[in-house]
Amino acid sequence: MKTLERNLMKGNEALAEAAIRAGCKCFFGYPITPQTELAAYMAKRMNKAGGVFLQAESEIAAINMVLGAASTGVRAMTSSSSPGLSLKSEGISYLAGSDVPAVIINVQRGGPGLGGIQPSQADYWQATKAMGHGDFHILVFAPASVQEMVDMVVKAFDKADQYRVPAMILADGLLGQMMEPVSFPEINANAHDKSGWAANGHGKSRQHHIINSLYLKPDELEDSVTERFRRYDTIKAEETDAELYLTEDCDILLCAFGATARVVKSAVNEARAQGIKAGLFRPKTLWPFPVKEINEAAKNAKKLLSVEMSMGQMIDDIRLAINCSKPVEFYGRTGGVIPTPAEVLAEIKKVGGAE
Amino acid sequence: MAVVFERPKSLLDVPLHYCPGCTHGIVHRLICEVLDEMGIEGDTIGVCPVGCSVMAYDYFGCDMIEAPHGRAPAVATGVKRTNPDKFVFTYQGDGDLAAIGTAETVHSATRGENIVIIFINNTIYGMTGGQMAPTTLPGQVTQTTPFGRDPQLAGYPVRVCEMLSTLTGTAYAHRVAVDTVPHIRETKKAIRKAFENQKAKKGFSIVEVLSTCPTNWGLTPTEAIKRLQDEMIPYYPLGVYKDTTEEEGNK
Repeated sequence: MKTLERNLMKGNEALAEAAIRAGCKCFFGYPITPQTELAAYMAKRMNKAGGVFLQAESEIAAINMVLGAASTGVRAMTSSSSPGLSLKSEGISYLAGSDVPAVIINVQRGGPGLGGIQPSQADYWQATKAMGHGDFHILVFAPASVQEMVDMVVKAFDKADQYRVPAMILADGLLGQMMEPVSFPEINANAHDKSGWAANGHGKSRQHHIINSLYLKPDELEDSVTERFRRYDTIKAEETDAELYLTEDCDILLCAFGATARVVKSAVNEARAQGIKAGLFRPKTLWPFPVKEINEAAKNAKKLLSVEMSMGQMIDDIRLAINCSKPVEFYGRTGGVIPTPAEVLAEIKKVGGAE
Repeated sequence: MAVVFERPKSLLDVPLHYCPGCTHGIVHRLICEVLDEMGIEGDTIGVCPVGCSVMAYDYFGCDMIEAPHGRAPAVATGVKRTNPDKFVFTYQGDGDLAAIGTAETVHSATRGENIVIIFINNTIYGMTGGQMAPTTLPGQVTQTTPFGRDPQLAGYPVRVCEMLSTLTGTAYAHRVAVDTVPHIRETKKAIRKAFENQKAKKGFSIVEVLSTCPTNWGLTPTEAIKRLQDEMIPYYPLGVYKDTTEEEGNK
């Protein structure tokens, strides 16, 4: 497969290929629908690419293998789908608490519990608010196309290394299973110097390195957490990203991410064709949430409408971001049901876009 | 004047936090003697458990990683698979290895991961104040078995070396103890052999060390050693349970 050639690829496979090209040296995973093609692709490709593929005995083992590999300074990745992320949450908290960068893929399916295997966005809260116990965040990227999955994996590895934080690609079963043309950019995998912390054997040439999240003295733990939150402040200032579509003059601003945003974009286009001034705000980073971008997008809007494949989770961040200065309505489908453009258009008209 | 006894160089010169009479210190020392003798401190990455030895990273001079509870073999797998030329060992207690981390232990063994596991079996959870461990003996009183472990209620203790020796992937499983000088010397030989196995890429090696916990057993250090001999060794017989690393008749 040549660089810049356009290939028809499934989202899950494109994620894997992009990771390898971004310098990911190992993948540890466990089978779960609807992300299994990613692991299968890695099994075929990773060893040939000079890396390590290993099927772990559990999601828990997989994320801890990532912790081990990434602690030595190697680019490491795991992937799963919603129920698996609950199991990985322990390890992700340790990665965050130990300042170890790694990339985690969540190809979401319906929940809670075993839920279903159809697309969902109901892990928004988990990914952005509580990806494990304790005071921490992870970077969360939300692709809306197979091409964006590729681009965001590359970026996720880079930003994870830059800030020494775990980064997540929050996709869904629709994107994972969908085939689209995709090209792989010439990847210039930014080399980040990890020699100051990586535990890869000191060769008697430096002090020993300790990868650790345990601080038994409260003031030391507080110092560690507050130092990390200063890094989060930089991330919030530098790394937010969003697409603003027809927002300049919009009366009603729709807000959606991932696969849902594509459905919503169709509805916005249809609304415009019918004379309704609708626009779309699509966050590409969910944490940090693009606060200044949404305020820019919403500056002329009278109402906002969040459309999600859940019972309404991102809507909390929208209200906070605009400081509840305008009404924010919600339309969502859950359990694996995908909203249609017609449903969204009807909702646009219902909440007042047609006035 | 000739030096006849000194601290191993890879055992850092810091105060140990372990209780008086606890045998963790002996095992730490033996590992460090082996690292020194093999000259591999700079090429070794150790993985700590959760439990009394959670802070072992402060004592070992090699690079160290602190794993979540029970996950040390998975962490070690990630390290070793991406750094096959480095030495990787885990140091784990009985709760960590044989309860919450059973899956990680069994599967790293059955995969034949080329790592060393040092397993401290003292039949109790020490760090949390003396609760029942997977290796707690029938009748043993702990915080959570206040009337003695009743197998009808709490099940039976796990014999780890016996269990792991059934797996094809296990190369070397040896149970030792640190109650007497001869046993301590035997323990060091076993640890050395485990690291030599890794050097020769022979696969998964586990050294189970019967140890004491005077504090949570409610015994003096001397009484604790006696309990190890009188009660633990009969239930957990010492010896080599599996060794595929040498031709024949190694036992």
